[in-house]
Amino acid sequence: MKEELKKRVIKGPDGFEFEVDPLQDYYCEAPPTVQPAAYQKIVEKIFNWARSESIWILGFGTGCGAIEMRPLMTPRFDAYRFGVQWRPTPRQANLFIISGYLSTKTLKRAIRSYEQMQNPKYVIGLGSCTINGGMYWDSYNTIKRLDDYLPVDLYIAGCMPRPEALLAGFEEMKKIIRAGKAEGGNLYAENFDWYKANQKKVIHDWDMPEHSW
Amino acid sequence: MEFEWIKIPYSLLTLFIVINFGLLLTALIQKIGARVGRRHGIPIYQNYIDLIKNYAIRSSITHGFMFYLGPVFRLSGGVGLLLFVPTIYGSEMFSNLSFAGDLILALYFVFFGALGMALGAGESGHPHAAIGVSRGLSQMTAAELPFALAVFSVALQYQTLSVTDIVAAQQGGVLNWTLFTNPFAVTAAMFSFLGSMMRPPFDVVLAPQEIPIGPPTEYHSSYLALMQTNRVIFPVAKIVIYMNLFFGGAASWPVFFLKVFLIYMVSVFVGVAFPRFRVEQSIRWFLIWAMPLGILAIVLV
Repeated sequence: MKEELKKRVIKGPDGFEFEVDPLQDYYCEAPPTVQPAAYQKIVEKIFNWARSESIWILGFGTGCGAIEMRPLMTPRFDAYRFGVQWRPTPRQANLFIISGYLSTKTLKRAIRSYEQMQNPKYVIGLGSCTINGGMYWDSYNTIKRLDDYLPVDLYIAGCMPRPEALLAGFEEMKKIIRAGKAEGGNLYAENFDWYKANQKKVIHDWDMPEHSW
Repeated sequence: MEFEWIKIPYSLLTLFIVINFGLLLTALIQKIGARVGRRHGIPIYQNYIDLIKNYAIRSSITHGFMFYLGPVFRLSGGVGLLLFVPTIYGSEMFSNLSFAGDLILALYFVFFGALGMALGAGESGHPHAAIGVSRGLSQMTAAELPFALAVFSVALQYQTLSVTDIVAAQQGGVLNWTLFTNPFAVTAAMFSFLGSMMRPPFDVVLAPQEIPIGPPTEYHSSYLALMQTNRVIFPVAKIVIYMNLFFGGAASWPVFFLKVFLIYMVSVFVGVAFPRFRVEQSIRWFLIWAMPLGILAIVLV
């Protein structure tokens, strides 16, 4: 456990002493819950259509695939045409693209970012590193199967996939969302213990809250 | 002044028209900005989908009482600004809830939303939000100064605090507009306008590439949808004030749409041509270039 996450007594500038327990005060350790879909099927269908046409990606790049996402914002590929936009904060994002190999150090950040996203949330694994480790399959500090740690909705294979492949992937993602099959957030909540156990197996210096909401 | 109940549905109608116009206008402006960068840009109906999507997000978290109220304040600031100035001059239906002295109230409403937002974002506890708030409020204060001076100058010029009377005094030809009768005040106000439209060079507060998007960092789902609604109402409401004070107001909806679009385009032209200012640069810019013009306008009136 990191020093700043431990329970401690702090003396304020006015001399008043108070106890701070960062894990309780700054984070909520309550595990995520399954969020039911809208009661009316037709409403959920409309919502799913809206979700598919307005995909906000978390601006988070890991590995070499991040460089393939940048051209999508440029005139040549221009993903904004398809309702795909980038958001700088996980709170507002719906889609998390793990763009390539994921070292265990980055996995921590990826988990925390993923948990801060709001349900429904989707994950795309980009490149072969997220499927089976790719060229890093025998590396000592990268994960091999992304699906063991975060619920992946879609893989885009290749090393590296071109931006066109990403655009095609977005179109596939839209189909999955419209069909109502993109329930990664709920899957994560249902199998929370399994995902946590897997995550803790590779992250040895676990120094963060169980769940950052 | 007597109150008539029919004013309430009329005001709601104004609000409805302005929300839809704002949603389309904001998307159109974004498209124009994209075309300058040789991109195709978002579809024109994208704002509607984003709004539905954000309302459709299933989970949301809260950071406390003010966190709820922040977007509500923001939205009421935009709606209040819109409803207390006459939208269409001379129209019984669309003069809304305007009354003598509404100019002062409008000035207050311009700031109201930002203050509520500052409280809400402050409670989110995110350091980026706190930095965004301090940047935003300092830039906004500097930008509001020339506007306030220009408004006082215009109020002195026409000897009234009622927006309706100010519009009435500008009727009868383009040369009667404040733009030509009091050019210094209008210039100062337009400089301030650039600062408040959240477009470059003065958008360092909310720009996604800067410290992640400033005050709304922690806002999501329905909170964000409320703020998006305000983001389409507020610019139009602000432009309505500018249009009424400086550009002769609008006597019908087509004229209204055209004038609002053209005034918005002023900030777009500047925005696509100039790079972004840092906060201290923009404050200096406002104090050096816009403030003296505002003082000059008051002195000359």
